[in-house]
Amino acid sequence: MTRQRRRRGRAALPLPVLALASVAVVFFALPLVGLVWRAPWSNAWQYLGDDDVLTALRLSMICSLWATGLSIVFGVPLAWLLARVEFPGRNVVRALCTLSMVLPPVVGGVALFFALGRRGIVGQYLDQWFDVTLPFTTAGVVVAQTFVAMPFLVITVEASLRQLDTRFEDASRTLGASRWYTFRRVTLPAIRPALAAGAVLAWARALGEFGATITFAGNFPGTTQTMPLAVYLSLETNPEEAIVLALLLMAISFAVLVGLRDRWFGRPDRAMSTVAA
Amino acid sequence: MKAGQCVLCCSSLLSFGLNRLRLSKNAASVHIPSRRRRRISLRLTIVRGVRRSIRLQVAVSALAAVVGVSCGSGGTDSKAITVFAAASLSAAFTELGDAFEMEYPNAEVDFNFASSSSLVAQIIEGAPADVFASADTSNMAKLTDAGNNASTPTVFATNRAEIVVGAGNPMGITGVEDLANDDLIVVQCAPEVPCGRYAAQIFANAGVTVTPKSFEENVNAVVTKVTLGEADAGIVYRTDVLAVGTAADGVEIPTDINVIAEYPIAVTSDAPNSDGAEAFVAFVGSEQGQDILSSYGFLEP
Repeated sequence: MTRQRRRRGRAALPLPVLALASVAVVFFALPLVGLVWRAPWSNAWQYLGDDDVLTALRLSMICSLWATGLSIVFGVPLAWLLARVEFPGRNVVRALCTLSMVLPPVVGGVALFFALGRRGIVGQYLDQWFDVTLPFTTAGVVVAQTFVAMPFLVITVEASLRQLDTRFEDASRTLGASRWYTFRRVTLPAIRPALAAGAVLAWARALGEFGATITFAGNFPGTTQTMPLAVYLSLETNPEEAIVLALLLMAISFAVLVGLRDRWFGRPDRAMSTVAA
Repeated sequence: MKAGQCVLCCSSLLSFGLNRLRLSKNAASVHIPSRRRRRISLRLTIVRGVRRSIRLQVAVSALAAVVGVSCGSGGTDSKAITVFAAASLSAAFTELGDAFEMEYPNAEVDFNFASSSSLVAQIIEGAPADVFASADTSNMAKLTDAGNNASTPTVFATNRAEIVVGAGNPMGITGVEDLANDDLIVVQCAPEVPCGRYAAQIFANAGVTVTPKSFEENVNAVVTKVTLGEADAGIVYRTDVLAVGTAADGVEIPTDINVIAEYPIAVTSDAPNSDGAEAFVAFVGSEQGQDILSSYGFLEP
């Protein structure tokens, strides 16, 4: 039945929508084609085998995964709070938590200095009491990336939580499940597609993060130089290398996004049916 | 004023063309209910598509010729001069541009400030620049090699490197040797940008090994980190230290180990306004231009 409905949906696609969608596809594909077209394929392997490149790539992967992990750990409860709990000033809190999406990343980096830097509101005590300084460290990269990436997860998960029929949770509670058990076994499975989508969005944002990272964490090979920073700096002297590195980063992201699409996202109707069962 | 006239004549020509089109469509549909009329006229459009497109092409090319003639005869002084200049020149050149416009009331100077290497890339990719002022000779050489320079570049200013430290010099830094101390947080420009190359050269001249905490993408980022107190010292230009006023202090680097950064300027080969470009380059080299530059800390070539 689902399949039939899908097929009909495709046939009924209005022409203007199709035309506009095609324009959008070309708009996204064309710059990529430009990069591929300009890439110096004969020298590509030489650039890719460079130790600095591999170091930057490894650091990018580690930091972006940490940032995604932290975004999930703190972002899902935040989304739940924003979606389910009525409290005064909720809209303000929501705006506050998504502000870093619209903040120019370099400004975000400076703001992080004011908060967590050596002279920052909290940072000065971290420095004095625990001898912890975040700027110019790998942890600083993770902090910067989490700061800009988490809102993407929060917004996606919150929207999904709002759409979720609370009767599933109510049923679980009346059947004697604890709140925590209900959250784990009913709420989380139901929002799984949104959680996966939000996590992928946050991961992609963290992987491409440049401005906040270079401002807050600086740029040092091996500790804070991620791929976007390496790409940007090689653009100064060797644009050919920069194109190859950018393509590598894009290829990896592309592979991950395509590969995870079916495995993680699932279909909302199926997710609901597992909950119902 | 010239530009206004140009737009006026363009729009009148355009509306004239549109009226003619509308007239021909009305002539094709006589006494037909509006719904069918639309369908018929659509079909007519398709049938006549080829003929009309030829007519349109002729009209457009004629229009372009007329506009080209009427707007092209405006004279060079009415066109804007587009100057691509290194980011470190932004404050000085903005004032220089204002002074130039005072001197030549008909002239208008537009600036594009960015790192020299980005500007070179932009010009080579076809950005419409009249003048290029670089913060180093190697980026200017890149442009010359690519065949984008109309004239031989001339050096119009020099700049010296300096150690930037927090206001009041809290760490008591007296020279380059102090920067070798690992307890200090030292930041410098990345080796890919000119100020990074200069810093490396100064450390080599002084015979010290400095391990910076970060290689910044431009000189402003180094200054910002020091003024915010996140870094203790960095190598920047003396003009940058002057520009931030009391927010930071500078420690001079002795001439024998210092590097002199040369700022060359040139008119680009594809300059849309080459006369204006040459006038601007001459003004930069004039006494008035040099006075403005030295007030921002630049030194004479």
